Amino acid sequence: MTALVIAEHNNQELKPVTLNTVTAALELDQDLHILVAGSNCSAIAESAAKIEGVSKVILTDSLEYENCLAENISILISKISGDYDFILAPTTTNGKNVMPRVAALLDVCQISDVSAVVSSDTFQRPIYAGNCIATVQSNDPKKVITVRTTGFDPANAESGAAEIITLQEVNDAGISQFVKEEIAQSDRPELTAADVIISGGRGMQNGENFSLLEGIADKLGAAIGASRAAVDSGFVPNDYQVGQTGKIVAPDLYIAVGISGAIQHLAGMKDSKVIVAINKDEDAPIFQVADYGLVADLFEAMPELESKI
Amino acid sequence: MKILVPVKRVVDYNVKVRPKSDESGVDLNNVKMALNPFCEIAIEEAVKLKEAGKVEEIIAVTVGTSASQEQLRTTLALGADRAILIETDTETEPLGISKLLKAIVEKESPDLIILGKQAIDGDNNQTGQMLGALLGYPQATFASEVNLEGDKAIVTREIDGGLQTLSINMPAIITTDLRLNEPRYASLPNIMKAKSKPLDVIPADDLGVDITPRMTTLKVSLPPQREAGVMVETVDDLLDKLKNEAKVIS
Repeated sequence: MTALVIAEHNNQELKPVTLNTVTAALELDQDLHILVAGSNCSAIAESAAKIEGVSKVILTDSLEYENCLAENISILISKISGDYDFILAPTTTNGKNVMPRVAALLDVCQISDVSAVVSSDTFQRPIYAGNCIATVQSNDPKKVITVRTTGFDPANAESGAAEIITLQEVNDAGISQFVKEEIAQSDRPELTAADVIISGGRGMQNGENFSLLEGIADKLGAAIGASRAAVDSGFVPNDYQVGQTGKIVAPDLYIAVGISGAIQHLAGMKDSKVIVAINKDEDAPIFQVADYGLVADLFEAMPELESKI
Repeated sequence: MKILVPVKRVVDYNVKVRPKSDESGVDLNNVKMALNPFCEIAIEEAVKLKEAGKVEEIIAVTVGTSASQEQLRTTLALGADRAILIETDTETEPLGISKLLKAIVEKESPDLIILGKQAIDGDNNQTGQMLGALLGYPQATFASEVNLEGDKAIVTREIDGGLQTLSINMPAIITTDLRLNEPRYASLPNIMKAKSKPLDVIPADDLGVDITPRMTTLKVSLPPQREAGVMVETVDDLLDKLKNEAKVIS
């Protein structure tokens, strides 16, 4: 039996969520391959070969895969699926976009957002915005899985020495074209990779006030996040969103500022090691999950915090 | 042009669900049901395209028990022209639902299929993508902006770190993200009008599709609960705790 992990990358760097996905895959199968599909991405294959536990890297380098169009990549994965019992990708927007297509092409169900592996056919996954955890068993011969990466530790990224094989396999479905991408440029770490996150909610009142968090984020090397309420109110872009419908994070330190703590938000951050809540409403539900709570007006507390860190 | 909008009846998003006491499933007794919020956004987008004169007909479709007629009536009140219930008492999974929807697409030949990106019960986020694969149609998931130009849909998508724009050939699949639009409320006259709009019921068995579940839910339990910690009085106290007790900052 062999497992296949789909590497998450942007043709320039291998995304750290790949490492957590490898750990999940190793719980299922000790023989593990990684697929690196992209364009001009041989450096990614070299990074993937160094991940501990990986025995083979399959590099498919072609223009058709440059932007990870689901139509093209899903055909590629389904074509090479014959050798694999498990096919895994992280629950990123990419994984969510591509993997159900793969599952449908293989006529198997997909097990979405797996947070724990119970056995080779049984998995735990959150449902109802994390209000419940379902333990599900798949009866399909192949398991197509997306992995909730905060449920698994990252694999060692430097100690492996896998062989790299090149696969010439071009699939252009010819029905979708990439037009453009606008990726927010930031010197701060990505939300899903950050050790420290400071997030603002509706209590921030407007987008400009998020600048109160920036100085603190700079001092702590933190990423900046937001609740869905702050995103819905138009304070910040959607990719700041932490929560069941946004990003799932589990940093060492999570600071929630002016966030009431709707279940939707808690579902995305309650696996953080240490949670700090700062809110002027002492009854806010966020305090029930916080390790340290401070009832304070954020417009006074934030400048003070920034000056004293 | 014709748009098909597959929708789902789910527990209202304000309800905090709990597992049954024997952990055999989710306790749905006497729980308020509603149209899945992402499906409301899908209907709204279809209605906006119709109001812009780009679409002639909107068909809403769902898979479920006869109780789902209630949510189909909601879609009719919001602006769908007619509705189809694929009736089954089987608990369907995204793969089975996609196969049933494929049969409807082959009957109705819509130019565009707009769905919610996920239902807030199972949180699977699969049906649109699976339907795309089964039909061989292109997809633009997590849409935040949709423009139709000739036989193409130009769609901006919410992706990790920013936005991506794709051009997809119609017929095509679009799944909706939160910021695509703000769904309207159904007006009373439209709720009344919806009662006389056509709603067809097709038994799932008539579509000749195998929808046998592939997964078994062994248990539904509460997530591990986090204990509340301590309250601190000042910013200084907070920093002291973070440095000396939690040791997460230096």
